[in-house]
Amino acid sequence: MFAYIVRRVLATIPVMAIVALFVFSLLYIAPGDPAAVIAGDQATPADVERIRASLGLDRPYLVRFGAWLWDILRGDLGTSIFTNLPVATMIRQRIEPTLSLMIVTLILAVSIAVPMGVVAAWRQGTWIDRAVMGFAVLGFSVPVFVVGYVLAYIFALELDWLPVQGYTPFSRGFFPWMENLILPAVALGSVYIALIARITRATMLEVLQQDYIRTAKAKGVGQRSILFVHALKNAAVPIVTVIGIGMALLIGGAVVTESVFAIPGLGRLTVDAILRRDYPVIQGVVLLFSFIYVLVNLAIDLAYTLFDPRIRY
Amino acid sequence: MIGRRGLMAATAAGLAMPSVVSAQGGAARTLRVIPQANLTSLDPVWTTAVVTRNNAFMIYDQICAQDSKGEIRPQMAEGWEVADGGLSVTFTLRTGLLFHDGERVTARDCVASIDRWSKRDPFMQVLQPSVAEVTALDDRRFRFRLHRPVPLLLAALGQTQFPCFIMPERIARTDAFTQIREAVGSGPFRFLPNEWNPGQRSVWAKHEGYVPRQEAVDGLAGGRVPRIDRVEWTVITDPATSANAMMLGEQDYWEYPLHDLLGLMRRNRELVVEQRLMDGTYGIARFNTLHPPFNNPAIRRAVAMALDQRDYLTSVAGADPAGWGVCEGVFTCDTPMANDAGSEILRTRNIDRAKAALAAAGYNGEKVVLIAPGDYPQINTLSLVTADLLKRLGMNLELVAADWGTLIQRRTSKEPVERGGWSIIHTTSSGQSLTLPVTHLFLRANGPNAWFGWPDDTEIERLRAEWVAAATPAEHRRIAEALNRRAMETMHYLPLGYYWQPSVWRRNVTGVFRAPATVFWNMGKA
Repeated sequence: MFAYIVRRVLATIPVMAIVALFVFSLLYIAPGDPAAVIAGDQATPADVERIRASLGLDRPYLVRFGAWLWDILRGDLGTSIFTNLPVATMIRQRIEPTLSLMIVTLILAVSIAVPMGVVAAWRQGTWIDRAVMGFAVLGFSVPVFVVGYVLAYIFALELDWLPVQGYTPFSRGFFPWMENLILPAVALGSVYIALIARITRATMLEVLQQDYIRTAKAKGVGQRSILFVHALKNAAVPIVTVIGIGMALLIGGAVVTESVFAIPGLGRLTVDAILRRDYPVIQGVVLLFSFIYVLVNLAIDLAYTLFDPRIRY
Repeated sequence: MIGRRGLMAATAAGLAMPSVVSAQGGAARTLRVIPQANLTSLDPVWTTAVVTRNNAFMIYDQICAQDSKGEIRPQMAEGWEVADGGLSVTFTLRTGLLFHDGERVTARDCVASIDRWSKRDPFMQVLQPSVAEVTALDDRRFRFRLHRPVPLLLAALGQTQFPCFIMPERIARTDAFTQIREAVGSGPFRFLPNEWNPGQRSVWAKHEGYVPRQEAVDGLAGGRVPRIDRVEWTVITDPATSANAMMLGEQDYWEYPLHDLLGLMRRNRELVVEQRLMDGTYGIARFNTLHPPFNNPAIRRAVAMALDQRDYLTSVAGADPAGWGVCEGVFTCDTPMANDAGSEILRTRNIDRAKAALAAAGYNGEKVVLIAPGDYPQINTLSLVTADLLKRLGMNLELVAADWGTLIQRRTSKEPVERGGWSIIHTTSSGQSLTLPVTHLFLRANGPNAWFGWPDDTEIERLRAEWVAAATPAEHRRIAEALNRRAMETMHYLPLGYYWQPSVWRRNVTGVFRAPATVFWNMGKA
């Protein structure tokens, strides 16, 4: 197992190298010029050229890529073209809100969706099943920002129960922190809940047809024990896989959710950087997201061993 | 039903929590602002972004500044003296001026700041050949020595568009094309770098050592009194969320509310919706004069004949005529240079006549590439109205949807449309920039050095130079009329009129005044 983990961690190095090359090349060929953004409307072409030179943007592709890669290897993600702040500092400022949002969403989604899927499978064909599936279709169909606006209208504007925007750091207390996260997490979690509920239902339906479930029933094992101990554990591998894949959904959805609820997270940092062509920031954030995604996949692979003893690495 | 705020207040009162009471006191001394854009750079010389300039008005002070009538008044300067028949202008600083780091402001700081700023400001660059030197005479006095009298010197130093902000000499020595790393000024508020989270929050605290002028505030002139302890900008990119935050009292001031949401804001009794900026925002449709079809002035004029500014203005700012104004000339309406000499063509507003003029001009179906920036709502709307106009004229239009970042790069291309060039782009400009020929970017016609579209017209350039050298208001006026007439003949760009950009603030915000820029001195909270 330990050797497997080491192998997988080492395998992230070429993956990250490919991501780095891809991101850098994509930004190099993408239209847009930060020097023109900085110079503004009144600048002459000569001014723009001078700014471009001062930022090192006039250097050849390979020189720029080499310099950037060398900095990355030394743990330096570079400096934002616009703010003059280290990219690592900007990411540090923004990572807590995004991680908070993702963790709360994940907990919320799993704790709602898995029981929903289990119950829907257990009561297949009943109104409960149809209600769960109806909710799942709705969750998939309604965009995150629409859910966000509706929630903000009801719970912030009309009822005045929760704030409509902003983020309070965890260091200022659990309740103020949570107060700002409830609406965004529910909005962001709607798609995720739908996804997990559907896959849980489908997998559970398959498991509930198995002989050992029939045997358990024949032995008089309680319904709850059959569902949540015998069936769910055997259905867990595909569910965990989907939870892992869904992390990409969360990262993508966080961009929209952070904009709707004005949460100062990495999603908004990425969008702002893209619109201004702040290359070092885009590169830094995409590398970080890729790294997180690789780690999540590793964690999912390792989690399989917990649910299925037949899986060995 | 009890709301969150009611619940919190009841809890605070019941438990007599000192921390909550203190926090509420803090909120009362903090002005919470939704700015028009994200503050990404603090250097007002390095970038011309309006948000950076607004930030700079808090941090830095100016030698002189514009009042509400556009006159230039002393600000840091106690006054100035013109001598030697206009060849020497000596400024004397007020006493008690302090930078945020505790250092005294000296004439050397002013000289270094003027030197850095003049390398980037287009207005000062026009005047620069007439300036022999700028030197510090002692701690409080500095002098401009001139080759010839420069009547516009004060207008350049006190302008609002690209203001000359005073920084400590050690910072002002930074190359004008390199961003400064420290925001230290002598203005009424000091920047708190440790609380800066670009894209989310920027914070300023009252500069306790600031000595304001004694006169009442008047535009950007007069006493810049900091009446609030902190100013906090929170970037909220979503207009609906901004509106909700204003209505719930989570924010106090919204600089640029979306026009579509103004009705909603006006219906809320806790909010004030008013025009605060003194100038409107002007729409511009710029032709690329290098390539067909718009290298032909007759074709440009044919398009102008079809134009109706009201179509653009209602699309951007709504049907209420109080929100916009038709302005059929190149200079900002209701300013001394404004005139409509030769502007009759813009009052044609007739598609059929425009079509006939287009045919007579020899339009032969050449492709027209119009780039519309989807992430810039106002400019995108202007672009789409023009696209519709060109289609109705029967032109061979290719509408390219792009983001602003792509547009500002592509507009630098001088290639024909088949090789990535463009035919028409749109932008907006503050009225201030279009007030004088010397600051009017879109009027320039100096070929490769002109603004994108690169028009080349020796007559316009000659008139502009003549205007700079003119000494009397009557001469200025006469030349401005000639410029307007010539601009209507060459039609290098289409003036699209102007719209007002109101701001919204909570009713308990006090001391809000009209000014050429969004500034936060003199404002408090009841």
